[in-house]
Amino acid sequence: MHRTKVKVVEEALDANNTIAAANRADFDRAGVKVVNFMSAPGAGKTTLLERVVGNLDGVRVGVLEGDVQGSMDADRLASLHVPVTQLNTDPGFGGECHLDANMVRSALPELPLDEIDLLIIENVGNLVCPAEFRVGEDTRVMACSITEGEDKPLKYPLMFRACELVLINKLDLLPHLDFDLDRLLYNIDQVHPDVERIVLSARTGEAVEAWRDWLLAIAAREEAVA
Amino acid sequence: MHELSLSSAIVNTVVKHARGQRVSVVSLRVGRLRQVVPDTLEFYFDFVARDTLCEGARLEQEVVDARLRCHPCASEWAIEIPAFRCPTCGGSDVEIASGNEFEVESIEVEGPPAAAWRDRPEGDLGKEAQCIAPR
Repeated sequence: MHRTKVKVVEEALDANNTIAAANRADFDRAGVKVVNFMSAPGAGKTTLLERVVGNLDGVRVGVLEGDVQGSMDADRLASLHVPVTQLNTDPGFGGECHLDANMVRSALPELPLDEIDLLIIENVGNLVCPAEFRVGEDTRVMACSITEGEDKPLKYPLMFRACELVLINKLDLLPHLDFDLDRLLYNIDQVHPDVERIVLSARTGEAVEAWRDWLLAIAAREEAVA
Repeated sequence: MHELSLSSAIVNTVVKHARGQRVSVVSLRVGRLRQVVPDTLEFYFDFVARDTLCEGARLEQEVVDARLRCHPCASEWAIEIPAFRCPTCGGSDVEIASGNEFEVESIEVEGPPAAAWRDRPEGDLGKEAQCIAPR
């Protein structure tokens, strides 16, 4: 049997990255900054968005909501009178546990890009896969809640390293937990030294202002980081 | 579960380079920082490869150790746990020298390139093909 060896040397996620770059070009052309917002399921992404999207100082915000199924999160955000588009991975994309560039590209025609300045993509709740798949974003932010314990950064370094900002949520629950915040902060610093962090509570509003200010800074940014 | 998505990406990349031929071997370089479990990747690869040119192909995985390099003090070290501060100067200006790879290094296809592939117009990716001894 005659065999031929073919040298390839190609990043296996090259196809996704190519589509991500095309998405990015479309976003840049429309003058829209894009945030990819990730976390484990239940860390509070949607609530954190509910706290800020309605009052971003004249910055027009849109949300692309990613879930395997259902539109509950999109419905919650739509009630705040911001354009929200739901993207489900279950019909048509095999129930994927993350958004990829191709899925986001499929949603582009439904996004009112000429009516917004900032697009927040709320990714599927998952600490593993979303970190691997760029979708054309300018920056990435993650949320972790104090109910997840102190060891998450050591277990999911790729996610913690992929993000420019780590939101540490559910601070209001601190009195009810045996949780060592200093240890979590130390572990985050080991995995992603000097990464920006905000410790906050979406429920009580504590430190939510800092999260809002961070988004405003992204919207005002001249050049992309991601 | 993430090995399923990664396996799809591998098969798509390989088929693109297979010149219409059946693939017998896929050689990967997978960095330790990519959180890939080799057995799981092999399992999902076999599954995803069905009914493609990759069906039945052997997946070889070269695991690349994670090594970091500090910019200010030029130290370089291997890591087993995800600790990214420089152990020498404590700095955070650290880059990943190796361990982040997820690439298809090469593939083996059966038979010489199909005529249609050989006669296609120029302007492709600059791949090298070496014929190995007939078996």
